[in-house]
Amino acid sequence: MKILVLVKQVPDSTTNIKILPDASDIDRGGVKMVVNPFDEFAIELAVQLREKRSDVETITALTVGPATAADALRTALAVGCDDAIHLQDDSFADLDELQIAGLIAAVVRDRGYDLILRGKQEIDLDSGQVGPALGEYLGLPHVGALVQVEIADDAGSLQARRRIEGADEVLDVRLPAVLTIEKGLVEMRYPSLPNLMKAKKKPVEVLSAGDVAGLAEATSAAGGTKMSELSPPPERPPGKVLSGDVAETVPKLLRLLREEAKVL
Amino acid sequence: MTNDVLIFAEQRSDQLNPVVLQCVTPARELAGKTGGQVVAVVIGSGIEATTQAVAGHVDRVLTISDARLEHYTATHYRTALRQAVEKIDPRFLLMPASFMGRDVSPRVAVACGAGLATDVVELTLGDDNALSARRPIYNGKAFGRVTFAADRLAIASIRGNAYATAEPGGAGATESLAFAPADGDDALRCSEVAKTGGEVLDVTEADIIVSGGRSLKSEENFQILYALAEKLGAAVGASRAACDAGYQPHSRQVGLTGKTVTPKLYIACGISGAIQHLAGMRGSKVIVAINTDPEAPMCKVADYVINDDLFNVVPALTEAC
Repeated sequence: MKILVLVKQVPDSTTNIKILPDASDIDRGGVKMVVNPFDEFAIELAVQLREKRSDVETITALTVGPATAADALRTALAVGCDDAIHLQDDSFADLDELQIAGLIAAVVRDRGYDLILRGKQEIDLDSGQVGPALGEYLGLPHVGALVQVEIADDAGSLQARRRIEGADEVLDVRLPAVLTIEKGLVEMRYPSLPNLMKAKKKPVEVLSAGDVAGLAEATSAAGGTKMSELSPPPERPPGKVLSGDVAETVPKLLRLLREEAKVL
Repeated sequence: MTNDVLIFAEQRSDQLNPVVLQCVTPARELAGKTGGQVVAVVIGSGIEATTQAVAGHVDRVLTISDARLEHYTATHYRTALRQAVEKIDPRFLLMPASFMGRDVSPRVAVACGAGLATDVVELTLGDDNALSARRPIYNGKAFGRVTFAADRLAIASIRGNAYATAEPGGAGATESLAFAPADGDDALRCSEVAKTGGEVLDVTEADIIVSGGRSLKSEENFQILYALAEKLGAAVGASRAACDAGYQPHSRQVGLTGKTVTPKLYIACGISGAIQHLAGMRGSKVIVAINTDPEAPMCKVADYVINDDLFNVVPALTEAC
């Protein structure tokens, strides 16, 4: 079984977001970049599958991003991936999520992966489009927001549980397939320093726009949205502090919720 | 391409997702500007109640009913939605930003050669006739405008409570379309939809959420929140700290690595408001903070603040409701 794990480098979740004066993007200066936390679960799931099964041949990590995104690949390699693909070109920064999925599809289509894993969403754009869209481009089923997975011994199918509103969907899936991972399935192990050093010696294939056959078609089939006019979240007016003991504050709160906010 | 607005009228067990009627509000605005119709598509098996519920709000309803569509799967529902798009040839497709909407929309976008914006809070059709969508990014720490390419179907999933529920109106003439599954659709089969958390409402379904932090101190003490929630018809949520401490299951966790919620009312009981928690709930319409610490970040984002012990306030609130 060949496994592909898609990783994205994103600003750390505790980052204070500052927006550039022209509102085209966030100010990335001094921002700590990390592996998207949901993609960490995908990396760990791949490594655990290898530990549990005898048929995992290779685990490849793939990222689309600038030169600095190599750090995300190195983390994946240190945790247990065997090799990596880095799609790196200035022009890729202009692609939206569906176009990124088209790009990845063009690169991996003929590489024969049985399982493609990714986090259920990226914590920067929050959209979670790439996994399902990649499934569509490749003509493969996908399961989104996976909380449990059991792969058949012959690696021909799997059973998955996916979390939805107040319920779990239980799905039977034929491989190859794309899975996107919800929190709670696994926690990524810590990449040790010796393993980080060893990761430097693992092969990373760097591909630019010119190396991707059929790039123009792959990135023009769908998508093409543009993000602009970034702004901070709308300011909430300062709240009302209700003072007194509960005999005063509780009736006051209920009256405000009913009459002012009109939510009760 | 017509100027019509197609709405995916999501249902489960023949119950219409309430956000569908919220989607009708921006759909009418768009149709009003372009002169198109508002058309809903209902997909499933045994969908009479849903069809009836949505018909009174739109110009036309398209139904695709088939036993193979009883449970949602990304492949079958993508195919059905593509059929609806081919039949109506709309300029816009709107759907709730639910688990189903988030899951199926990227596949439909690729299948139909469309653009996609997810979790949208505002749609704008500019004077230049270009559609753009406002949506939260960086977990609600910023917002961005997504502008769609012209001459291409624009798909938007709409965040719950971003728009008001539309008043009834529209002829709602119904027609049906036979489902025609595509090759490979059966690579994905749903064998069961298993309820989690018993009869208690999930945080992603609720209009009101009563949420607790580690200061509840035990699983048992969360019962005071459940008592209040029962009075209000609310769901119970929890902070990551409370879930990690085992007071509540992770399925109730609100925040960055938990669930993002946008209820009408969020009552935060003893939650200080770590940035990751705020990320998951700051889109709520009205926020109440009950916290002894007036400097807690939650008290800074709340609309109403009671700086008092939650063990005094919550039971008194339950009593008074």
